[in-house]
Amino acid sequence: MPARVLVFGATSAIAHAVSRRYAADHASIVLVGRRAEPLEANASDLRVRGAADVRTALLDAHDLARHAEVITAAFAAFGGFDAVLVAWGVLPDQAASERAAEVAVASFDTNARSVIALLTDLANRLESQGHGAIAVLSSPAGDRGRASNYTYGAAKAAVTVFASGLRNRLHAKGVRVLTIEPGFVDTPMTASFTKGALWVRPERVAEDVVRALDTGFGVIYTPWFWRWIMAIIRLVPERLFVRMKL
Amino acid sequence: MRPVSSWGRLSRDLHDVVELDQVSSAGQRIAGSPRPGLPFGNGRSYGDVCLNGGGVLWATRGLDRFLAFDDRTGVIECEAGVTLREVIDLALPRGWFPAVTPGTQWVTVGGAVANDVHGKNHHRHGCFGDHVESLTLLRTDGSRIVCGPDVEPEWFRATVGGLGLTGLIVDARFRLRPVAGPWIECERHAFQSLEQFFALSDASSSGWEYTVSWIDCGTLRGGEPRGIFFAGNHAASRATAPPHRSRRVPFLPPVPLVNRLSMRAFNALYYRANQAGSERSTKHYQPFFYPLDSLLEWNRIYGPRGFYQFQCVVPKAAQQAAVRELLQAIAVSGQGSFLSVLKTFSGRPAVGMLSFPMAGTTLALDFPNLGPSTLALLQRLCAIVDTAGGRLYPAKDAVMPPGLLSRGYPEWQHFSRFRDPGISSQMSRRLVGH
Repeated sequence: MPARVLVFGATSAIAHAVSRRYAADHASIVLVGRRAEPLEANASDLRVRGAADVRTALLDAHDLARHAEVITAAFAAFGGFDAVLVAWGVLPDQAASERAAEVAVASFDTNARSVIALLTDLANRLESQGHGAIAVLSSPAGDRGRASNYTYGAAKAAVTVFASGLRNRLHAKGVRVLTIEPGFVDTPMTASFTKGALWVRPERVAEDVVRALDTGFGVIYTPWFWRWIMAIIRLVPERLFVRMKL
Repeated sequence: MRPVSSWGRLSRDLHDVVELDQVSSAGQRIAGSPRPGLPFGNGRSYGDVCLNGGGVLWATRGLDRFLAFDDRTGVIECEAGVTLREVIDLALPRGWFPAVTPGTQWVTVGGAVANDVHGKNHHRHGCFGDHVESLTLLRTDGSRIVCGPDVEPEWFRATVGGLGLTGLIVDARFRLRPVAGPWIECERHAFQSLEQFFALSDASSSGWEYTVSWIDCGTLRGGEPRGIFFAGNHAASRATAPPHRSRRVPFLPPVPLVNRLSMRAFNALYYRANQAGSERSTKHYQPFFYPLDSLLEWNRIYGPRGFYQFQCVVPKAAQQAAVRELLQAIAVSGQGSFLSVLKTFSGRPAVGMLSFPMAGTTLALDFPNLGPSTLALLQRLCAIVDTAGGRLYPAKDAVMPPGLLSRGYPEWQHFSRFRDPGISSQMSRRLVGH
């Protein structure tokens, strides 16, 4: 049976690439995002590409009071979900976040606080449903704080630990929680970066995300080699690490 | 700023590349541009039409959404950065195919409109623009123009074939043509003279939708070229095909792999391979339409200095004499190409003010960039085209003199009224100074 899929942060490049894979398999999809126009453009794209049904819902991540309402309406639309993707996030300007505390916490609100709130409501929904999978986009940046992006990394570390606990809690209830750790992905969020050999297209990451949602388990680095890169980075002794520029 | 080349790899000037990813924000982003910009699709045009060295490029590949597709009528609507490859992948399983396709499927829809591309079926279906029902143009003054053959028709005529200079095309609605499946019934004939080529063209134009000829432009025998005439029609078979494998030119060779010797050897072998064997066959659409697409980054074979494409059309009255003169000039120079293509165009009037095709014969060639000797040859070819009353294809041009533009495209003056003052390309600066 084609899947029923719920996507938060649906206009992000990775989320849309994931939605396209589901659309090609005739899934029914609810897209949740902040701005109506790009959301509707994505919905049209998915309909043309084969989705059985696409609905959209507007939600600002920071509007925590509306999370439950949007989730309830989405679950009512298709009577439940087989797969949920949480993909919203921002990449803060690290230098600006070092100068101003409000910048540092603002991105933390988007990348961690709102995600924790959303996952809490979603977890309860899926727990009572008794099946399904939730994938949340975290980042290898959350594996160890580095000077170049620790504001972003700290929020992702919170998401990784929260998802780990949720996975532990929901394992017995038939619900899988997947922590997705994408490496360097060529998306509008990273438009200003110079791209090297380790960079991949969002379609590559989407392939891994869909496979994870279908049958995967635990923490998924994508592409796979980031698991080994980060394993090494975590092993570097702190005395040495503080002198490195990463 | 990063270096950007067109497909001919003749330059790699620095550009400020702005990646557009949402139609809803594109208008604001181009209106806020500090310097003149230029729309840039998938970089498959050859010369300088898609370049704006030192300036801004608005990259449209992120505008890659389909907006609507009716599989009863074959009308499709999509954002401008969608490639024809993506259109085919979506539409072919549902029984539809682009009504007009150029020799590569890696062009964007926006680029296909802006260059009003043509294909092997020009004598039947005209250019890409003939099948466009409507498009949306964003201008750097913040305005938005929806135009089509019956709505704002002058804006439409300026924008189809308008080389990106009238504004940023963000979406288009166009008609596809029905097909049974992915197969093409083909026929081929060897010819040994231009006379034979024109006879084959005339005899085939009513029975065959697609016609094109490859010619061996390095070797003239008694002043006559030899070549292979290919004709094709969509086949009735619905059988599906295994996925097509592609290879890649893995590195940039330090010297061109194309030289006089390899070219002669290739051309002789290619002629022999096609001269013998069966005349009729059924081919998959990919090798038929896009023989080079299976060799990714094939443009690298010309080495670090890149290559020039030269495509001209000469009017019917002068075609035989002019084509012969062009081929003689090339033979005398000793330069020449693997992929010399000859095709007749019908007299079907084109949509765009600057659309390339006219009733007559088109000749397309590529030359490795050897510096002054190549430029001298190209100038000689331009002069022949000019005298014959022909014109060059801007999508492939890097050398056209300004006089050839104004004589070849009499509507250029009228067209310039529709230009967006916030848009400039290397080609527009080379030809008209701004």
